[in-house]
Amino acid sequence: MSTLVLKDGRVVDGNGDRIADVVIDTDSGLIVEVGKGLGADEELDCEGLVVSPGFVDLHVHLREPGMEAAETILTGSRAAARGGFTGVVAMPNTTPSTDSVAVVEQVMAAGRKALCEVSPSAAISVGRKGEQLSPMGELVHAGVRIFTDDGNGVQDAKFMRSALEYAGGLPDDGRPVVLAQHCEVEALSKGGVMNEGEWSAKLGLGGQPAEAEDLMVMRDIALSRLTGVHVHFQHVSTAGAVAMVRAAKAGGLPVTAEATPHHFSLTDAACASFDPVFKVHPPLRTDADRAAVKAGLEDGTIDAIATDHAPHTDESKERSFDEAPPGMLGLETAFAVALEELDLPLADLLALLTNRPAAIARMTDTQGAALAAGRPANIAVLDLEHQWEVSGAAMSSIASNTPFEGRSLRGRARHTFYKGEHVLANFEVTR
Amino acid sequence: MKQLLSIDDLSENDIESLLDLAASFAEVQKRSVPKVPALRGKTIVMAFFEDSTRTRSSFDIAARRLSADVATFAAGASSLSKGESLRDTVETITAMGVDAIVVRHAHPGVPGAISRYTDAAIVNAGDGRHQHPTQALLDAYTMREALGEIAGKRILLAGDILNSRVARSNISLFTRMGAEVVVCGPHTLLPPHRDGTMFGYPVSVVKNIDDVIDSVDVAYMLRIQRERIAEAVIPGIGEYRSVYGLTAERASRMAPHAVVMHPGPMNRGVEIDAAVADSDRSLVTQQVANGVVVRMAVLYSILGPGRFDTDDERAVVEDLNLVDTPDPAEGEESGSDHVDPAPQDSSTKPDNASDPATKVKETA
Repeated sequence: MSTLVLKDGRVVDGNGDRIADVVIDTDSGLIVEVGKGLGADEELDCEGLVVSPGFVDLHVHLREPGMEAAETILTGSRAAARGGFTGVVAMPNTTPSTDSVAVVEQVMAAGRKALCEVSPSAAISVGRKGEQLSPMGELVHAGVRIFTDDGNGVQDAKFMRSALEYAGGLPDDGRPVVLAQHCEVEALSKGGVMNEGEWSAKLGLGGQPAEAEDLMVMRDIALSRLTGVHVHFQHVSTAGAVAMVRAAKAGGLPVTAEATPHHFSLTDAACASFDPVFKVHPPLRTDADRAAVKAGLEDGTIDAIATDHAPHTDESKERSFDEAPPGMLGLETAFAVALEELDLPLADLLALLTNRPAAIARMTDTQGAALAAGRPANIAVLDLEHQWEVSGAAMSSIASNTPFEGRSLRGRARHTFYKGEHVLANFEVTR
Repeated sequence: MKQLLSIDDLSENDIESLLDLAASFAEVQKRSVPKVPALRGKTIVMAFFEDSTRTRSSFDIAARRLSADVATFAAGASSLSKGESLRDTVETITAMGVDAIVVRHAHPGVPGAISRYTDAAIVNAGDGRHQHPTQALLDAYTMREALGEIAGKRILLAGDILNSRVARSNISLFTRMGAEVVVCGPHTLLPPHRDGTMFGYPVSVVKNIDDVIDSVDVAYMLRIQRERIAEAVIPGIGEYRSVYGLTAERASRMAPHAVVMHPGPMNRGVEIDAAVADSDRSLVTQQVANGVVVRMAVLYSILGPGRFDTDDERAVVEDLNLVDTPDPAEGEESGSDHVDPAPQDSSTKPDNASDPATKVKETA
């Protein structure tokens, strides 16, 4: 057994906020002990740093298979490590869609070589077309716990009801499935490339009204009530959606929600540059929406920060705003943006990145829980004071489409351990 | 002036100066050989990613009257259709050695995006629903010519505002020049307007065109597209005419001095009755004619030897090289892309002194 001690760090997790040492067995990848005055074969000085469970991202696009020019599971996992993430949920809008055991196993196989845990989600419908249910039973058996047609919402209410009832009734291992929804009524958002409002009017760009999101959130809250099955709302971006999720939770319904750093830090005014780096679905909204999303995170209505990390090649983003694909990078900037924007005690902020998303992803066996002996050593060591300048070119993703290019941010993962492996050392990935 | 992407890039003073300059070029138009060597040796590319015969012809004629070399690059509406990125297309055009690119594109923001990939000056000839700055300038010029000035005038803008780049540019220009803008159109075709503003400018919205038609100085009618019926935003053409169209009956209730404008192409019998389009009130052909001189002023301000300088408006007129002869060195390459201002020809001075720009200035 060879061991490493994270010495004198400020350990912040479900067990509290205290100065402690964490000993890792780098052979088994497990935590050996958490306590005071511990020694080991090697020592990493963590004085002045925060030691947290590794982050979990419910929403990343790793582009493999099908769009490897923008990202692969390996490069995306490097970006994750640099962001402090040790677990990610890969979205199924790959080519082909992740709607079969074969593709799920392909993603899982590549994930085994990655620098973080990669949990594939699978499509609700075959080809994400909303017409035929994917083989959910087989997919659950293969290990899938989150189903989503992300990139598109399930448009038909009856189809969504069927998906919820069928998936909710499948045999599982005690970890029930979650259906995650990209909320967008396409009949209303059609032709829109940004938020509908004063900016879209002035710029002459097609707008997606906030109500296109609100209506599907409203519908799926009703369907969750009808079926009793857990619905998770992805990338909530409107004040209306936040209010409805708050009310649904107060009513005891099994719903959860995530929000992205770009939706709680940027607004549709950014689109005035016509720079497609600011094109994303759901679109950047108004300042009132941004404030509502922040408030939702701060009061617990929204359960998790998820990045919707969506790499796109430079050439695809060098088209017109109308033609460029939606999406932006998020893994490497999420923590710093959250730290800057959210008015929360550190423990609560970290909960939005650790145990709460881990619970939704059904990854609590390996991710998010308080650091303790016997647990997998999935750990982020955070430097809250580190000031750095965002550069898309310097990121580990193949693509460079960060909306925060050139911004000076404070706070960054200095070290990341995944299953005991030192995958990020002093801000640099080790493989 | 380095380029022209949006009418919002121009201050009120800039706009006045450009209109004055255009008035000087109107003088050139009347000559037997309506051509000046001001942009000799300059190459201007018409990059029209969307069809537009009239705007392209207008820019083309304007550039040639300034003796610029003109090339046309016509591409499909979508860069994707050829698999080439916008950036590659623009870098290709730039590599040929061009001084200015006049861009028309179906998608908003493309002229600005293009300007990031080239050193050539960009002139926006219409980008999707976003902006059409030279249309706003030619409309202002036409209005000033017909009514003396824009300040204090009441302008009705009627029709499909939501999908109109002309409306976006014109509302900015008209309101900033001191006009009162009243908008009337189907509410499915109006952009969000709150607290009496539209696109950030003060605008009042009226539901009934008949409430205002007798009190406006200008009725500016926008083209309605038949696709809007299929989109279920208007019920039909006949209804459109009866509720929002400038019918002969409505035109008869306009003030005696009031004028009618349209950016073209017109749907006769829909947004404007044929009799109104052809009436004495109609400035439609003047708008087209003025398009050439206004675009000459824009191109000259960007590429000309004096360059347009708002701090020293007189310098513009001094630098104007309005010799009344065709370029004697035509066909002869100077080997330099620098155009020397021709020697001051005293015989041109009286022309300048009495040019329409000066007259308009006095009335303003």
